[in-house]
Amino acid sequence: MSFSAGTRSAFYVLALTATLPMTASTALASGARSDKLVLTGGVNAIEGAGGGGLATWALIGGLGTEDQYGGNAFYTNIAMDDFRLTSSGVLLGIRDRVELSLARQRLDTQDAGSALGIGRGFKISQDIFGIKVRLLGDAVLEQDSWLPQVSAGLQHKRNDQAALLQALGARDDSGTDFYLAASKLYLSSGVLLNATVRLTKANQLGLLGFGGDRNDSYRPQIELSAALLLRRDLALGAEYRSKPDNLSFADEGDWASAFIAWQPNKNIAVTIAYTALGDIATFSKQRGAYISLQLGF
Amino acid sequence: MKRLILLLLLAATCVSASADQATFKAFGGRPGLVKIMDDMMLELLKDPRTEPFFAPVDQDHVKAMLVDQLCELLQGDCVYAGLDMRSAHADMGVKREHFNALIESLQLAMERNNVPFRAQNKLLAKLAPMHRDIVEKTDAADETPVEELPSEL
Repeated sequence: MSFSAGTRSAFYVLALTATLPMTASTALASGARSDKLVLTGGVNAIEGAGGGGLATWALIGGLGTEDQYGGNAFYTNIAMDDFRLTSSGVLLGIRDRVELSLARQRLDTQDAGSALGIGRGFKISQDIFGIKVRLLGDAVLEQDSWLPQVSAGLQHKRNDQAALLQALGARDDSGTDFYLAASKLYLSSGVLLNATVRLTKANQLGLLGFGGDRNDSYRPQIELSAALLLRRDLALGAEYRSKPDNLSFADEGDWASAFIAWQPNKNIAVTIAYTALGDIATFSKQRGAYISLQLGF
Repeated sequence: MKRLILLLLLAATCVSASADQATFKAFGGRPGLVKIMDDMMLELLKDPRTEPFFAPVDQDHVKAMLVDQLCELLQGDCVYAGLDMRSAHADMGVKREHFNALIESLQLAMERNNVPFRAQNKLLAKLAPMHRDIVEKTDAADETPVEELPSEL
């Protein structure tokens, strides 16, 4: 069963909006405040879930505590040598236990599009619906325990270029990633660490489809992050994310970044990063400036 | 070999003890803590989330207790003789948002008094686990209304 990209997006927005009256009235009843400390909800990662820039963390996004609801909207732009990747979306954190996220990514092939024979400025988009559940622990408060905060989640991704992806060797135009993440802030040193294991078949996050002629089975990938708190509203960090290599037409490289995240108040956060994104669709050593803006309630 | 290990352990304890001494000094010792608690109380009374808890109590008494408690935590030469955290906060209806609000007020007060960020976090690391005794469990059957808080701790 296939719907047009427009219909699919409309469905997702409708589904999320349908839950809003219930959450809004409950949020109003609880005072509609978000009282987590700044930066302790992470920022919106490239797939829309709470975390760093490239990696998804165990933190529940938004600044709502266990009695509250919090959420945000974000826009991220990565300007690479040959491509431009944007991601935007919304996130809802429910009682610091469940996180729902919806994001749309768009890969603009720019001049590379002509070289790839698909046309200059050809755009590939995908929608990502995410759900994350905190299983145990608290990354911030349990300073006397070695136990991290652990969350499990999934990200269902739907790409809008089925025909192109098939031509590239991808096996599917939609897929689901499953992950387990562990995060902990060590206050005595001001360092936050995260490790995530992700079961995925997605090629370049899913932008080049799912599965391929080289491999079409789920393989575990790892995401590692380390951040140093410089001030209560400012963190400096680095991330690494391993990637599958399912398509024979183009190698896929691991991703890495160095970032600064600033959250001056509960309503706004800005992240800038330098990213190294490896080879993408035969264009080698993609590097670029990453900038992300997050507005929250 | 055993003697070497004992010597290394002794050296390690000395290092961590002097690190704690350094943290206590970074707070300005006991007089510094007095100033920080004065500033923190002002913030607590300004914040609508914490004002209901602190307006009806004997603030001077609470501040004096806090100074002793933090001084002891920071390995200063003090003894905290007040109530344990569970008794002191029983039936108050303290939620996570109130606990966080106090942390923010404390952070503001420490910043204003030029406590280095690393030293601030060392103190917060020791305070954070207290949430277990202070924050009401979310499945609590009943809550005591704020008006019925005890007038002194």
